[in-house]
Amino acid sequence: MASSIPQLLKANKERLLDLWVQKQVSSDVLRDDLISNEELRSQSEELVKALSKALTEETISQPDSMAFDEVFEILSGISIARAQQGFSASETGLYIFSLKDAIMDLLQQELSQDPTQLFTASQQINRLLDRFGVVTFETYIKGREEVILRQTDEISDISTPVIQIWEGVLALPIIGTLDSSRTQVVMENLLQKIVDTGSSIAILDISGVPAVDSLVAQHLIKTVSATRLMGAECIISGIRPEIAQTVVHLGIDLSNIVTKASLASALKHAFSMNKLIVKRLESDKKAF
Amino acid sequence: MDKIPILRMGSFLLVTIQVDLYDRLALNLENDLVQMVYQTGARGVLIDISAVSIVDSFMGRILGNIASMTRVLDAETVVVGMQPAVAITLIELGLSLKGVHTALDVERGMALLQTQYGLHTQSADDDVDELE
Repeated sequence: MASSIPQLLKANKERLLDLWVQKQVSSDVLRDDLISNEELRSQSEELVKALSKALTEETISQPDSMAFDEVFEILSGISIARAQQGFSASETGLYIFSLKDAIMDLLQQELSQDPTQLFTASQQINRLLDRFGVVTFETYIKGREEVILRQTDEISDISTPVIQIWEGVLALPIIGTLDSSRTQVVMENLLQKIVDTGSSIAILDISGVPAVDSLVAQHLIKTVSATRLMGAECIISGIRPEIAQTVVHLGIDLSNIVTKASLASALKHAFSMNKLIVKRLESDKKAF
Repeated sequence: MDKIPILRMGSFLLVTIQVDLYDRLALNLENDLVQMVYQTGARGVLIDISAVSIVDSFMGRILGNIASMTRVLDAETVVVGMQPAVAITLIELGLSLKGVHTALDVERGMALLQTQYGLHTQSADDDVDELE
């Protein structure tokens, strides 16, 4: 046997890196809009260095060995970064599998006279790189999930604004379905705003809620009760005819909550509670 | 032993809770308050809990009890200045404090007692005078 595979790879580190980068650059799936060639090269170089450092006669057949921790760390970093940059799953996967291609090419060139060793080597490399691929996928998915979670948080943050529409009157247009976690956010925002502005009336507008089932109604009642505990009054507005129908069919009791069909009538009610009159300045001084 | 001071303001009683209530303290407050309502013939009780940041079901029940007890003695209870976190906790515990009036701050609580029960203020004082 001429030399072991780890030694062979170590000796040909530079060649391997060149081969790999070349493969990536010439590949169809190269996303030069997302990553520059220099960045790609430095990323790849780091990985090849770590790999050749970890690779020994023993570790080559043990992909789970501690020696590969650094490699896995680099791989995780790369695939999480790629997930956030917007690479697709297959592009990220192919990145690591192209390293396999590069190693195979190298081995083929070096071991062309010894088919037996070539076979064993390629089997070992296959197993190792497949393991790397799995890790890459796993962390890529984790990265995507983080992105999705962040977006969900952002959406729930921006979709429940609390607006002060008049002195002492807050409005809270709810867009989308109310679930437990959103109710919590809605409640917190509303109650905090009540404290901050010293408002005594809050209008919960549910025009943007697609459907009200007993759970959503329960969440609404919870919010109203919490507002009452704070010493403010709560009006629910924007109740569409379908919602009125479902509420009655479900037997939900909203009788001790002020409910209005439109935000306008809720505002009118709020004005009368605050003893305010809005008047038209022109000829017909009609108060409403 | 700590004691929560109960101040008399005309025909109302003012209680400001400045510390987090532990069970014993809450029970003492309940006791003292009911005694005080009886002795002074107060028509309204104002409990300011703006400094209370931690609340449990026991404390929620005590507040509810105080309201019911004072009502039996013909006095209304207004709880003012509840922190958002406290309100959320009480709701999550399923305690909506039925029968307890609430207001945002002491000023509004006073106004609430006065507008709703202002008419009775005079007669309450008269009662006290007559007793003396």
